[in-house]
Amino acid sequence: MEQLLSILIGILVASAVYLMLARNLLRFLFGLILLSNAANLTIFVAGRLTPGAPPLVPDGLDAPIGVVANALPQALVLTAIVIGFGLFAFALILAFRAYQSLGTLNTDDMRVAEPKEPHS
Amino acid sequence: MSWYLTLPLAIPFLTAIVAYLLRANPVGAWVSIIGSGLGLLASIALMVVVLDAGVVAGQMGNWPAPFGITLVADLLSAVMVLITAITGFAVAIYALGDITERQAQLGYHALFQLLIAGVTGAFMTGDLFNLYVWFEVMLIASFGLLILNGGKEQIDGGVKYVALNLISTILFLTGIGLLYGMTGTLNFADLALKVEGVENQGLLTVVAMMFMVAFGVKAAVFPLFFWLPAAYHTPSFSVSAVFAGLLTKVGVYALIRMFTLVFDHDIGFTHTVLLWVACFTMVIGVLGAAAQSDFRKILSFHIISQIGYMILGLALMTPLALVGAVFYLVHHIIVKANLFLIAGIAKRLTGGTEVYRIGGLYKSAPLLAILFLIPAFSLAGFPPLSGFWAKYIIVKATLDIEMWFVAFIALAVGLMTIYSMTKIWAEAFWKPHPDGIKPELKNLEHKWAQLIPVAGLAALTIFIGLNPEPFVQFAERTTAQLLDPTAYITTVLGAVR
Repeated sequence: MEQLLSILIGILVASAVYLMLARNLLRFLFGLILLSNAANLTIFVAGRLTPGAPPLVPDGLDAPIGVVANALPQALVLTAIVIGFGLFAFALILAFRAYQSLGTLNTDDMRVAEPKEPHS
Repeated sequence: MSWYLTLPLAIPFLTAIVAYLLRANPVGAWVSIIGSGLGLLASIALMVVVLDAGVVAGQMGNWPAPFGITLVADLLSAVMVLITAITGFAVAIYALGDITERQAQLGYHALFQLLIAGVTGAFMTGDLFNLYVWFEVMLIASFGLLILNGGKEQIDGGVKYVALNLISTILFLTGIGLLYGMTGTLNFADLALKVEGVENQGLLTVVAMMFMVAFGVKAAVFPLFFWLPAAYHTPSFSVSAVFAGLLTKVGVYALIRMFTLVFDHDIGFTHTVLLWVACFTMVIGVLGAAAQSDFRKILSFHIISQIGYMILGLALMTPLALVGAVFYLVHHIIVKANLFLIAGIAKRLTGGTEVYRIGGLYKSAPLLAILFLIPAFSLAGFPPLSGFWAKYIIVKATLDIEMWFVAFIALAVGLMTIYSMTKIWAEAFWKPHPDGIKPELKNLEHKWAQLIPVAGLAALTIFIGLNPEPFVQFAERTTAQLLDPTAYITTVLGAVR
């Protein structure tokens, strides 16, 4: 299971890099979303996968019995997903505003802040 | 939970909420100033406690370390929190004369306080994942500030800033995942103990490099700095001052923290990479500055070049070099924020930041000229200002271990810094204004709100410069803690409260 997920992460990162190399800002952002999901999966896998053993504490005990799934990476991933969601919502709006005010999504043409000829 | 650990964080958060509610009211700016003032008092209190105790730690939610989230302040954290509060206070006052009513209504003061909270949190956390969360707080506030009331330029700069910072964030997150997979902990102190037990030390170095790249983007080191000169000259002057002073330094702080406390297993490799990075950062940054002609773009490239000195201090990893890095960090925040604030006054007096199109500041605004000379000379490393001691310690550290070439680079870059500073001086201050404008300070609206923070920061530069002994001693104590983290580890892991 870990190996399968690792391969999946690899595929996600490869597609993300491919998308992010594009000049189109929107494709770049899609790549970024894939990359962030790959990162989330990495955390998840790094905590080791233990299928079918929820970390539940039985009545009257302080700790779960036997081998149970690691709950911490899931908490981390949840936090990361929420934060990532907020950031990407912002980034998408920013891309939209960029298209509105600059009239392009091609990052090569975005030279307003850094004009090629500073003196002209 | 100790009040002195939580207050420096809680005050900016509460101020942000109040400032947001009062954003349509002119009182909002004063709320921000009062909040920053209280924050400054809280961080002074923290500093006093830390000076006495060495390291203080507290567990959030009373979960014992390493399970709960730890807030910890050693000398490095405390001084960074203090300097953040000082800069925040100065910029909050300056905002009276800089931030338009429209920007205030859009929530400038709330975002500004959130940024301060994020930076402070990043300096004080003792947990890697928590550091990620503080980075995000800081990042989202900085995104908002950057494009607030945005015109084309801000949006354009904002796109690059957002894109490259998001990549660094994701890389950081991946690194956290892998490190957790290897060690099973995310607490700095616990990590410092557990990394030695990792079987595959080579893999640990790989993860260390991921952190180096992620923090390197934040710190704007070569070759990862391109977002900085693309964005820092676009927003309001208050915003770029606080960015220039604090944001990249959070990256440097994270590098220092991780590469002294956790990743010191393979110094021969990681710190050699850092050494090369430092040299290239110094040289490329200062060359970039030489090619620019915009007041703020020159300063932006100087940030990069100066970051190189701090990384150099970390890369050499000798006690004296780390003293230099810590001293440099503190000196640089004050000086750099001040220079951006001065750029704002110059813009309002002369109508531009393109140095070839402005001028006459020396003749008609001599006070501003003097206030500019102090941080500018300090940045270039003139005695007896703070920058001289910072550079002196770093160069001395390279000479002590006979790295002649590195010392040569550090000195040559200092000279080049003077070159681009004289460009600003000759064009913006010395020559008459090409349009015949007489930029006089008395025409400036909210004159004192802008001049007082600038003068205050300049006075601090002079004070450190004339009286370096206690600051160097402080930096030595800080370095001793960094190189021997026993106190840090026992305080964090033993702090049961």
